[in-house]
Amino acid sequence: MNRVIAIFTKESFLVPVAAIILGLLTGAVAMLAGGFNPIQAYASLVEKVFGSSYNFGETIRQITPLIFTGLSVAFAFRTGLFNIGAEGQFIIGMIASTAVGISFDLPAYIHAPLAVIAGALAGGLWGAIAGWLKAARGVNEVITTIMLNWIALYFANYVVKAFYLQEGQQRSEMIKDSASISFAWLSQMFDSARLHWGTLLAILAAVFFYILLWKTKSGFELRAVGLNPHASEYAGMNVNRNVVNAMFVGGMFAGIGGACEILGVFHYQSIMAAQPGYGFDGIAVALIGGNTPLGVILGAILFGMLTFGAAGMKFGAGVPVELIRVVISSVIFFVAAHGIVKFFIKPLLQKKEGGN
Amino acid sequence: MKPVQTVVEMRGITKRFPGIIANDNINLVVKKGEIHALLGENGAGKSTLMNVLFGLYQPEEGEILINEKPVKITSPSVANDLGIGMVHQHFMLVEKFTVTENIVLGNEPKSGLQIDMQSAIKAVEKLSNQYGLKVDPRAKIEDISVGMQQRVEILKTLYRGADILIFDEPTAVLTPQEIVELIEIMHNLVKEGKTIILITHKLKEIMAVCDTVTIIRRGKVIDSVGVKDTNPDDLAAKMVGREVNFRVDKKEANPKEVILSVENITAMGNRGVNALNSISLEVRSGEILGIAGVDGNGQSELIEVLTGLRKASSGRVLLKGQDITNKTPRVISESGLSHIPEDRHKHGLVLDFPMSENMVLETYFHPEFNKNGFLDYAAIDKHASKLIEEFDVRTPSIHTPARALSGGNQQKAIIAREVNKDPDLLIAAQPTRGLDVGAIEFIHRRLIEQRDKGKAVLLLSLELDEIINVSDRIAVIYEGQIVGIVDAKQTDEQELGLMMSGGKRMQGGGNGE
Repeated sequence: MNRVIAIFTKESFLVPVAAIILGLLTGAVAMLAGGFNPIQAYASLVEKVFGSSYNFGETIRQITPLIFTGLSVAFAFRTGLFNIGAEGQFIIGMIASTAVGISFDLPAYIHAPLAVIAGALAGGLWGAIAGWLKAARGVNEVITTIMLNWIALYFANYVVKAFYLQEGQQRSEMIKDSASISFAWLSQMFDSARLHWGTLLAILAAVFFYILLWKTKSGFELRAVGLNPHASEYAGMNVNRNVVNAMFVGGMFAGIGGACEILGVFHYQSIMAAQPGYGFDGIAVALIGGNTPLGVILGAILFGMLTFGAAGMKFGAGVPVELIRVVISSVIFFVAAHGIVKFFIKPLLQKKEGGN
Repeated sequence: MKPVQTVVEMRGITKRFPGIIANDNINLVVKKGEIHALLGENGAGKSTLMNVLFGLYQPEEGEILINEKPVKITSPSVANDLGIGMVHQHFMLVEKFTVTENIVLGNEPKSGLQIDMQSAIKAVEKLSNQYGLKVDPRAKIEDISVGMQQRVEILKTLYRGADILIFDEPTAVLTPQEIVELIEIMHNLVKEGKTIILITHKLKEIMAVCDTVTIIRRGKVIDSVGVKDTNPDDLAAKMVGREVNFRVDKKEANPKEVILSVENITAMGNRGVNALNSISLEVRSGEILGIAGVDGNGQSELIEVLTGLRKASSGRVLLKGQDITNKTPRVISESGLSHIPEDRHKHGLVLDFPMSENMVLETYFHPEFNKNGFLDYAAIDKHASKLIEEFDVRTPSIHTPARALSGGNQQKAIIAREVNKDPDLLIAAQPTRGLDVGAIEFIHRRLIEQRDKGKAVLLLSLELDEIINVSDRIAVIYEGQIVGIVDAKQTDEQELGLMMSGGKRMQGGGNGE
């Protein structure tokens, strides 16, 4: 029991929680300024998420890709890299799985895994391009990953238009049923919410993240390079190879996320007018989650709930959907500016010290 | 007759940091026109005290009087206004700027909106003539020597009207000849009415220049005496708190076969010119070869070539007869070379890793710790516990991050790790930098122990005392070449100093055999 209390009074836990509360309060102030009732707004947000089994299922659907992109960003960050490219790796994962899902005719137990693996590899390679450019040419990965995001977007749109276009529509043909990873039985339980096996994959990915980084020889190298590339080089590690590997694994997480969106949710790929945004939210998820696998899952749950529940806020309290962005941005702000948060939770921490 | 004026008086200064009292009720009185030494080991609290005087720290208790008036020094700019200037150990200069630009930075003479560079240069020349500080006002900082750069730092404080100058370990980076010049400059400054506080742990300097010395140990003032009334042994005992043996006890060396042989290595430095010019040397088993030289004469590049971090453009490196030229750091490390790096924070440790992981930083992939790609953390922890006990590394636990340990214990941990690899050649670069006397003794003993076990030891240090005391033979490096090799027992600082500044080149200049 004491251990449980210790976890919940730890600073790494208290700071994000306090940041979330402060973020919600800032959102409330913004709502008040706009003449809305924040209590009613938050109540309808919660109502939207937990109100019906369909909506609850759809919230889980919303959370899943955020876990993948959050892991992608967090993994790169653990190895000292800023992966702003989860967005592009996600899109490349989508198009690769779309291509496999449409082009092949295979038994389901081969086709679906193959489509997921294609998404993983494509996303991984997309990430590795930025890693390779950094290792071989010293190009900053922030710049290359941002550029690769746009290349990914227009490349994916081109592939859909050129090879897989459903006539008369702004989207690809449907993938074969054998490639689908929808979880029909569970979907029915949740009133046809679009639930899929990808959620389970996301949890497994988080476990993989943990084992790879903290239990294996490669993880030892990745973490050492991330924390001190100079000492790692002195110790005989190949820093450049680790940079490429880290970006590959990070890209793989995002790529699977993209594949699951296609194979589990939409079953086709739209021609996108803009970036889907999961990759960018992944940065925030990783930040709130402190770049730990469990933190990323919790952060994704929060973000998924806020973004999905925002629609309810509009319906129930007339608050514009965009306002949830104010809440989310405030949460990010307070997590980043943890000095401010520590100021607010100081009394709490002092009480803890007094108790010892 | 008017009594000598007191310019600085610090009364009952107490400064606490979490867990330690850095300054414990310290009193300090500095008279006008004297050179006052603050003597103490690393971590004794002398720098803290001076940072209080310079306004970087606020003391919890005590008061400061400048020219007999109580003052509150809340920031360095307040200190500047009171006529206090500080010459830092690590120079605070803009490399790309000229000498003059650096001196006037923040106080530029202006004509209209422009900086009046002509009058700035004149002001700098005037100061430099007045105090005998020869500099070229138009030279860029990156083009002048370290000794020159230090003069620029001194001029900076004088330009800002300082009457009280604090020198923080000013000789650490200088050659013996430059030290002589600095001492002359300090005498000139005092003659012109300035007062100097000198932070140091070098007894010789105190005996040579200072009038009064205040000894600080563990945050407390032990004594304050006139230099005329004391001697180095007495000062050392007061500084450390016990009798100190300056000579390193060691048996006669018993060199055997050649372990490391460097043959005509040439390598490019970071500035795009050759930092190593066809350098050759040999280290035998059972001996310590010291490399003496002024910082920046190719020492770092030599280590980097030996450890595989820098490519040599020509020449060969042989370790036990095996060619390791331009091999990767991993291959070299596995063929029997261990290395205590110059910068332990940057190169020696992953500071945010626990001690246990730091102890296997170079060996984690050995079958001992690595089972099919998975690390055996039980074995890693056991290994760490063993080394930490054996080398007396003081850490709360093996899972404590390296960052939380003191410098001395971090260094002990690195030495434990490197020695444990049972290397044929141990390279130690500045192994005692920033450590206190106790840790220094420990590290020197370990180096000699390795030698006595029949290992070859290559010691690089900027401290001549260390080189002379620990080494068996001394090679002097100058502009990327070995300019001479001497027997450590038959040389002295004067001879080495001359060679280090390129003044004396020994016949052959090769490997001295």
